[in-house]
Order: sequence, then C-alpha cells, then structure tokens
Amino acid sequence: MHTPVHEGLFTVDPPALLGALCGECEHHCFPRLAHCPYCGCENVDPVTLSDHGTLWGWTEVTTAPPGYEGVVPFGFGIVELPEGLRIVTRLTSPTATYEYGMAMRLQIVDLGDGVVTWEFTPETERGV
Amino acid sequence: MTSVEIAGVGLHPFGRFDGVSVTDMGVTAVKAALAEAAIPRGGFQAAFCGTAYAGVAAGHKVLGALALTGMPIVNVEAGCASGGAALQLAMGAIQAGQYESVLVFGMEKMPKGIIRSTFFEPWREQAGLAVTPAYFALRAQRLMRESGITKNDLADLVVKNRRHGVNNPDAMFRKEVSAQEVLNSRLVCDPLHLFMLCSPNEGAAAVVLRRAPADGSARVTLASAVLRSHLPGSVLGEATPLSGIDDSFIPPPSTLAAKAAFEEAGVGPDDLDIVECQDTDAARELLAWEELGLCASGDQARILADGDAAIGGRRPVNVSGGLLSKGEPLGASALGQVVELVRQLRGEAGIRQVAGARVGLAHTVGRGANACVTIIKA
Repeated sequence: MHTPVHEGLFTVDPPALLGALCGECEHHCFPRLAHCPYCGCENVDPVTLSDHGTLWGWTEVTTAPPGYEGVVPFGFGIVELPEGLRIVTRLTSPTATYEYGMAMRLQIVDLGDGVVTWEFTPETERGV
Repeated sequence: MTSVEIAGVGLHPFGRFDGVSVTDMGVTAVKAALAEAAIPRGGFQAAFCGTAYAGVAAGHKVLGALALTGMPIVNVEAGCASGGAALQLAMGAIQAGQYESVLVFGMEKMPKGIIRSTFFEPWREQAGLAVTPAYFALRAQRLMRESGITKNDLADLVVKNRRHGVNNPDAMFRKEVSAQEVLNSRLVCDPLHLFMLCSPNEGAAAVVLRRAPADGSARVTLASAVLRSHLPGSVLGEATPLSGIDDSFIPPPSTLAAKAAFEEAGVGPDDLDIVECQDTDAARELLAWEELGLCASGDQARILADGDAAIGGRRPVNVSGGLLSKGEPLGASALGQVVELVRQLRGEAGIRQVAGARVGLAHTVGRGANACVTIIKA
C-alpha cells in the first residue's frame, strides 16, 4: 500500500506530477493551484507534467533535517521539464557523478512505512 | 521630505547565552539605545519590534519589563528582514508626521542547527524538501556556474569575514580561519562546507529614530529603509517555491529594494564607503554584491583577490565579521547591521573603523521572500 506524502501532487502508477497550465500567461505551474502563481488569473487547466527533464541543480543532504525521518544522505535538486518548468525534487543518491543538463526521469520513492514521494533519477540508470 | 535621525543604538552581543531569555536580550539592547539617545521615559510615541521566533507579543514583554508600555507596540515578522521591516515602518511614520520619536528593536533566540520554519508544511519536511542549507547549496552551485566563482572563492569570502570578526567583541566567532580550514570543515551540502554557513544564534539590537532637528545637528541620518518582497518565478529565490520558470528577467527582491533605496537616498553604489550584507552562506554574500549593484556578475573573484571588500580596501563589506562571524539571530540581524554602520559613521568602531566612512548600506534577505536595504549617512 502506497500513501502519498501529500495528496494532489502526483500519481504513483504511472509516476506523474500533477500541474496546471495557465490559459492567460501560458505558464505551467506545480503544484496545481486555483490561481496562476504568475498572473493570478483563475483560468488554469489541470495537466499532467512531463515525466522527464534535464538536471539544473543538485546537491546531497548529509544530515537529517528537522521533521525528516527518512534515509540520509539523499539527493536534492532541480530538474527542468520540457515545459520550461523547474521542479524542486529529491534525486537518487549518490549525486557525485551528476552533471548539469543530464537527462533525468521521474520515479516514485518510498520514504519509509509505505509513505511515498517523487524523485528524479538519471535516465542511464534505468538503461533507457 | 522629513529627515530622520538615528539618535541612539544598542546591542546585545550575538552568540549563545544559556539562561538569558530573549526578553532579557531585548531589554539590554533597548536600554542601551534609549540611554544613548538620551530619551526620557515617555519620550518615544511608538515601538516596532522585529522577531520571527520569539512568539506572541514579544516586543510587549521587553517594554513591559522596563515599564515602558502604553504607546503602540507592533511586532513585525518578515523573516531575516524583520528588523528592516520594523525600521521601514518607523521611518515612514516619522516622515508622515505621525510620531516624533520611535523605538525600533529586534531579538531572537534560535535553536542550534538547521533552522526549522513553520513556513514549510509538515509534508515538505517529511519529504526532505524543506532543507534550508540545501537550497543555499543549489544557489551557490548556480552562482559558480553563471558567475565563474570557484569553491576557493567561497572559502576566501569566509576568510575575509572571519578575519573581520576577530575585531568585533560582539561577534560569536572571533578566531581567524584559513581557506584550507574552511575547505576541510565538514561538507554539509556540496559545495557548502560547515564554515561557509552562518550559525543561527541569539542576540538583540535596538535603534532610536527621531525627526532630525531643524538645525542640522543630527550626526547620523537614515536616508532610506526599504523592504521589498519577491516577484514570482525564481525557483531558487528565498520564497522557496516547489517550482519556477526562467528568471533571467525577473529582478530578485534585493535588487528591487536596492534600487528603491538608492533612489530615495539620492546616492548610488559608487557613493558607498561601507556595506553590511547578507552572508548567511558564503555564496549569498557574493550573489548580494551582484543583486545590490555593487559589482557586475563575474567580478567577485577579482574583487576578493584585490582585497577591495576587505577592511582597508576600496569598499569594505561586512567589517563587523558578517553573519559568518556574528551568527544570525533573525529578528536582530538587520538592526545589528544598522548598529555597526552607525558606529562606523560616527567614527566609534575602534580597531575595525573604516576611515572616513560617510555613507553605508545594510542588506538582509530571507524567508518570505523579504529583502530590506537601508542606507545611512553621516
């Protein structure tokens, strides 16, 4: 049994992030909101975001921060989707060999006790 | 426009003080500032208190302990810029003719380690997406990529500020460090090592503002105190959203605040003799130089190498030692910078005095996002 760490952010099967597209300023956003975070209008349509992108930033969290009970170290960074949206995300650890612009793919990761969230992992690790 | 004088400043040192309450620290700073300004009981008509963690009515507790209540007391939270926000409110009220004298103070008693913030919903902490130094690290990495800064430059920045801190009796860390020691300290979030990050800690600062006397006798005036918030878009901005877009043409809040502060004060970056700016991590100060218009992107390494930003240099930055030496008590940090600049502009900074300092700028930026820029003139 998988329990999402928070409702309404992503689907588990298939792994996908749930975003929105603004009908006025045409920006994508994540998470889904009632108002576009860029222009404030209500003309936002729910969309499923791309499940792949390129690595834009990465680091590794080496000690457990307050309120976090999962494994350390873990990867943390930003992946840029083809929609032009930069997503804050966990990354598969270790990140030592990561490079700017490398191809990344979305997957679901277990934080413990069946609670799951999203993360991005290098395409090559999956042999894609 | 009404000129506003900084009539008195006071500080409780920044550090760790077991058994001393946040109220006690506020009392120390407030008493010192009121004494310096020679303000009698009932001599100020309002008080603004900046704090993020001290809880409900924190300012009321401080003034209650001194039997100085009765006037409006407003507690102000604007993250790392809380003190600057309080200063902006006080300055505006004096300029509007609402009050003649206003007390502004800020204090904090932060737990050790990574700052925990109610800003983040619990699920974000649980998912590992609320790690402040990790955000700092991503910002540092981007700055290195886009401005050609190296990890050695980050270390050199720490060396500069810690060297300055040696001469500040109110700082928490007063021991010089070498670049090698910085690079050998524990890796927290690559590229940031422990010594490249400031320590959340404890302290308080206070400032008394009043309408400047018509005879021009004010020694130090507050030329501008500007608070700005973020515009949407930057994924790595202090607003820490879960996503963002191309932010190449979206000015950060520090730039918005700096532009307005320069305009209001009628000065530009070249007029500044001394700067105190946000160095919550080593890269943050180098980024602030760009954002405040002190240098062009990519010039930081040269400025560090030439010593332009060190004491004795062309325009010293963080001669107090910065937050890297002082530590960061959120509500007190912006006002702590103002205290430093006032002492410098009065020529009372002792062995860390910047000779002939006449115009200074203070800057903080943080959670919200909030950024404040203050310009002070002698």
